[in-house]
Amino acid sequence: MDTIEVKDTMPKQGLMTGSQAVVQSIIAEGVNLMFGYPGGAIMPVYDALYDVEQELTHVLARHEQGAVHAAQGYARATGKVGVCIATSGPGATNLITGIADAQIDSTPLVCITGQVASHLLGTDAFQETDVVGISMPVTKWNFQVTRAEEIPMAIAKAFYIARSGKPGPVLVDITKDAQFEEVDFNYVPFTGMRSYRPKPKLNLDSVKAAANLINSAKRPFILFGQGIILSKAEREFKSFIEKTGIPSAWTILGLSALESDHYLNVGMLGMHGNYAPNKLTNECDVLIAIGMRFDDRITGDLSRYAKQAKVVHIEIDPSEVSKNVHTNIPVIADAKEALLELCKIVDQKSHTDWLQKFRDLEKEEYELVIGNELYPSTEKLTMGEVINEINIQSDHNNIVVTDVGQHQMMSCRYFKFKQTKSMITSGGLGTMGFCLPAAIGAKMGQPNKQVVAVIGDGGFQMTLQELGTMFQYGVDVKIVVLNNEFLGMVRQWQEMFFEKRYASTTMVNPDFQRIVSGYGIATKKVVKREELAEAIKEMLNHKGAYFLEAIVGKENNVFPMVPTGASVSEIRLK
Amino acid sequence: MKKERYTISVFTEDIVGMLNRVTIIFTRRKINIESIAASESEIPNIHRYTLVICEAEDMVKKVVLQLEKQVEVVKAVYHKDSEVVYQEIALYKVPTEVLLSGGEAEKIVRAHHARVLSVEPAFTVIEKTGHKDETQALFDQLEPYGMLEFVRSGRVAITKPMKTLKSIVEELEKVQY
Repeated sequence: MDTIEVKDTMPKQGLMTGSQAVVQSIIAEGVNLMFGYPGGAIMPVYDALYDVEQELTHVLARHEQGAVHAAQGYARATGKVGVCIATSGPGATNLITGIADAQIDSTPLVCITGQVASHLLGTDAFQETDVVGISMPVTKWNFQVTRAEEIPMAIAKAFYIARSGKPGPVLVDITKDAQFEEVDFNYVPFTGMRSYRPKPKLNLDSVKAAANLINSAKRPFILFGQGIILSKAEREFKSFIEKTGIPSAWTILGLSALESDHYLNVGMLGMHGNYAPNKLTNECDVLIAIGMRFDDRITGDLSRYAKQAKVVHIEIDPSEVSKNVHTNIPVIADAKEALLELCKIVDQKSHTDWLQKFRDLEKEEYELVIGNELYPSTEKLTMGEVINEINIQSDHNNIVVTDVGQHQMMSCRYFKFKQTKSMITSGGLGTMGFCLPAAIGAKMGQPNKQVVAVIGDGGFQMTLQELGTMFQYGVDVKIVVLNNEFLGMVRQWQEMFFEKRYASTTMVNPDFQRIVSGYGIATKKVVKREELAEAIKEMLNHKGAYFLEAIVGKENNVFPMVPTGASVSEIRLK
Repeated sequence: MKKERYTISVFTEDIVGMLNRVTIIFTRRKINIESIAASESEIPNIHRYTLVICEAEDMVKKVVLQLEKQVEVVKAVYHKDSEVVYQEIALYKVPTEVLLSGGEAEKIVRAHHARVLSVEPAFTVIEKTGHKDETQALFDQLEPYGMLEFVRSGRVAITKPMKTLKSIVEELEKVQY
């Protein structure tokens, strides 16, 4: 069972208002930082927050979308539940993108929204939205509170559901009258319910069957995802692969669950992943998927995906097993529990020749793609060389946060990771505008770590207003905008699949330097290669927030690529 | 894979909004729900939804797992028609005069073992329970005499396998997490 972090300051008890009960319940869950934006229907809660500023810091975002992405960044960087709060109507609907993002990327989030008074429900009252209805498809659980007495239980349940099992976002909608009403407050942490089985019981027979298959495999291949990070199984995972000697490839959300330079790490899967793991997916004899869900961006054409292989799937969510890829041996369990048992009964092995196949293909990829990207001879900078320079100059202990698009794929491909939870990116939903607020949340959750936010010029302008949040709270995020004056990924597709018809992808950008300077953030713009190393040094050594704009080649593409509808083995190097 | 008719039974906690949570799973995959019935189950506070869809079994399996994934769904199961005992109820409102003369309409009602529920000067309400083809057959035969109103309920179904909901719930309540 997940432990509840209990702080030294215990919540108050006794008679109080519903809004005080909301705040005390959040404190009781060990939360000391939350993100939000006030408004009419949530004002009583804000009023209650005013009294507890010492215990519970509220960070005022500049838009509710910023608040929810910040809570996501916080959750992803710390492994704790992210909390955000907004008012009814537009406040609540502005959270939806972040909630959907958290749902698809399994991020634990508790969202609290104000709602019009209960007697006004359903009347199209001012700032009334059926947020419980709207959020239903994108929340793990949601609930509307109309009486103060429901508050402690609703919030206890919300935290329990958000963090347990496969984590996800939950939403508690609280009518304004319930916030005013009095309640005799006594907080009891939630411990479970009959209809919800967060951790399936590990079936040892399936572990044995998996071990037998793995032991007999000639060319086994491991795909690992965020499940490793979410179940805190990094160590168990490493022991498992080192014992079995199996080449292992990560998904985007699995990034940083293992060191980048581990000898068994063969890189990234998927549409813009590495050449070897994509290609050899169709040559392995046993495919072992751990804490991942065979997203379409990973598999390409399913009818030509790993058809030759027997599949073992270690997964906590039964509905993910055989959803996309037929599984021969499902191990429905928490990854950590399964790996602990599995590791005991697998044979010590090495697969030297098979691993060498990966290394050979990696060499091919290096010669045709990676070398040119990291050490280019082009006039303009490339995204890869900017990232590589950050790698060179830092101790790889940064938390990297990205937005969505070409720079994201470049970051996933070229950043080097040493520590878990050091890559935060919007994988499943692909939410542009995610990066800047998520980086703020990550930094506030991990103040002792260097947080580098890599963003494209398009995505930067989607949530640029959060520079205000950075300014107000002095959040030390190093922002790197890779500016190609294009919506680069869409442009790349237009080039490849739409006859270079660049419909609405050119960006006429403002002077970012002047905009960011207006927020009191140090800035620099780099155009020439010889300025790059010095600029990155300055950024990394700068005390406080920094904005580095790198002007990169306008029409560079991300390769390799598995085009939509192609098989993973048809991955293109150019 | 061939599409077939399946009865899906979903057992949930008795909570506002559950029906929405259940139907979303179907609508997001653009699966048409042919019929739906909601009622209490034999266990207090557990509701059951009986849904009928026509889909390939592979898809039905995935949908049922996604239903069960919902936090407040206790259990979801699917069955082929041969694995359930099921009924629907249909009500027919016809002009009373067509039944008065002792003619064909009355014979039809008798032949179908339908019941007369209510007789008013202007109309009579007839009830027939059975499978859809049976209630439809009565409809088709009565229609030429003037059908004022017709309604058919969703399917309700009892499963043939003997594992009881009670034993399932007891198992779930026993497990400690």
